[in-house]
Amino acid sequence: MIDLAQPIINGLLLGGLYAVIALGLSTIFGIVRVVNLAHGDMVILGSYLSLAFCMWLGLNPLWTILLVAPIMFCVGFLIQSVLFNRVLGKGMEPPLLMAFGISIIVQNFLLLVFTSDARALKSDLSMMTISLGEINISLLYLLNFLIGLAVILGLRQFFRKTFLGRAIRAASDDVVAAKLVGANTSSIYAYAMGIAALTAAVAGVLVGMTFIFYPHTGPQYLIIAFGVVIIGGLGSIKGTLVGGFILAMAQLLGAHFFGPGYQLLCGYMVLLIVLAIRPNGIFGKA
Amino acid sequence: MQRELALKVDNINVFYGEFHALWDVSLEVEPQQIISVIGTNGSGKSTLLNAIAGLLQPRGGDVELFGEKISGMQPHQTVVRGVSLVPEGRRVFGRLTVYENLIMGAYTPRARKRRSTVLRMVYDLFPRLHERRNQLASTMSGGEQQMLAIGRALMSEPKLLLCDEISLGLAPLIIKDIYKKLEEINRQGVAILLVEQDINRSLKACQYAHVMLEGKVVLSGNPASLTLEEVKRAYFGV
Ligand SMILES: Nc1ncnc2c1ncn2[C@@H]1O[C@H](COP(=O)(O)OP(=O)(O)OP(=O)(O)O)[C@@H](O)[C@H]1O
Ligand SMILES: [Mg+2]
Repeated sequence: MIDLAQPIINGLLLGGLYAVIALGLSTIFGIVRVVNLAHGDMVILGSYLSLAFCMWLGLNPLWTILLVAPIMFCVGFLIQSVLFNRVLGKGMEPPLLMAFGISIIVQNFLLLVFTSDARALKSDLSMMTISLGEINISLLYLLNFLIGLAVILGLRQFFRKTFLGRAIRAASDDVVAAKLVGANTSSIYAYAMGIAALTAAVAGVLVGMTFIFYPHTGPQYLIIAFGVVIIGGLGSIKGTLVGGFILAMAQLLGAHFFGPGYQLLCGYMVLLIVLAIRPNGIFGKA
Repeated sequence: MQRELALKVDNINVFYGEFHALWDVSLEVEPQQIISVIGTNGSGKSTLLNAIAGLLQPRGGDVELFGEKISGMQPHQTVVRGVSLVPEGRRVFGRLTVYENLIMGAYTPRARKRRSTVLRMVYDLFPRLHERRNQLASTMSGGEQQMLAIGRALMSEPKLLLCDEISLGLAPLIIKDIYKKLEEINRQGVAILLVEQDINRSLKACQYAHVMLEGKVVLSGNPASLTLEEVKRAYFGV
């Protein structure tokens, strides 16, 4: 039993991180109906921005969230207002190609500035653990989980309670009606993308503190985000959280039973099973 | 001196790509009036209202609101100036509650400031909306959704209310009730431009009527002077 408790706890904690990674992808699809292929690169851009602040100001990576998040908000806001808004309503392909282009630009920009060396956001946290009997909990994983959860709950409250949050939901329900009440939907979309990029920034700092990253690591996290979103259902915040737990749990239990080589495979098997049973994801609408 | 008009539509032409949907359409609405436009499916009624609200841009011709040119503006600009459209098919925000739908209706900064006052007025007008304020809009009945769509449009405190087939798919008793509310809204000083397929209903409610056919206004007059025969002939184009 104790044997299983360790991977289950780790899966739960990692699931929180997976959920924040996926949050922005899911929100933007739900609101703007754009599949942001550059989402993973925005996460990694967040990691590198944090790295830059760590080196420049000598900060603990955790504190850089306070700087990286607002910067990424602006990046997202600009990307939407300058690029994506121009191609909305012109079919599925143009925004997809645009996102692909942004992905390539970000990767090459990072390669140019930071070289292709492996990087990590170092802190004392990564070594610390809490022991509960036989189970060891990594403090970093616990922190990922708590911060991830806080971002997700915060976003949920934002959408429910604030005027802008309600306007974003209204525009995602019916754009024409949103225009008719006087909303400038282009600017609503820009705010939405800013918020998605902000969550990507938080994910990026956490990811960077937990794993090694390279300029081209983005797509790897895009795939995780896709997995989470497919399992949980597109556009649902609750679904994103549950999807994160299921994917992470499947990976870690798979690794536990069959060996580390089976970690990814087990994640995708569960994804396929969910797809077979509920094609729209657990919390997706039919 | 010329009397002031709430709305003046002057020879507008609207196209969907190559398709010419409105041909030199003109009409006027005075501040205290209810004006109706009648026409069969595809005659261009919704196109007309959407062009006034700014969802569509007319090619040629002018639209003026209280003397100010509003053609060429986007919907968020016409709303600020006092136009509000109750769209065809209601288009309530399904995943928002009734209350949140109404809050969204008061989107403009001016409306947002007066939100609680206007909200109380809308709840007074439609007590049902107050009873159901925490219900998801998508789970409301058709009639309730129509009340919500009207209530939401009123939240911006419009000077001109455009109503696109508000009786569609509703039971006669509910339609009668909703029309009574419209007259009440009108008495409070809101000019109304009404679009309907139901000839009798809209002739009874309005002070002046236009019949549209294939994108053109083919007959106009006040309901007392128009005979039902004449209206029906224009309506069906026979
Ligand atoms: N988005 C569009 N693209 C192309 N043609 C359109 C579009 N919307 C409307 N039309 C055409 O314009 C004409 C007028 O349509 P409109 O919707 O204004 O009619 P309507 O009088 O409101 O009809 P109904 O009573 O059925 O609502 C129709 O022939 C319709 O097919
Ligand atoms: Mg119509």
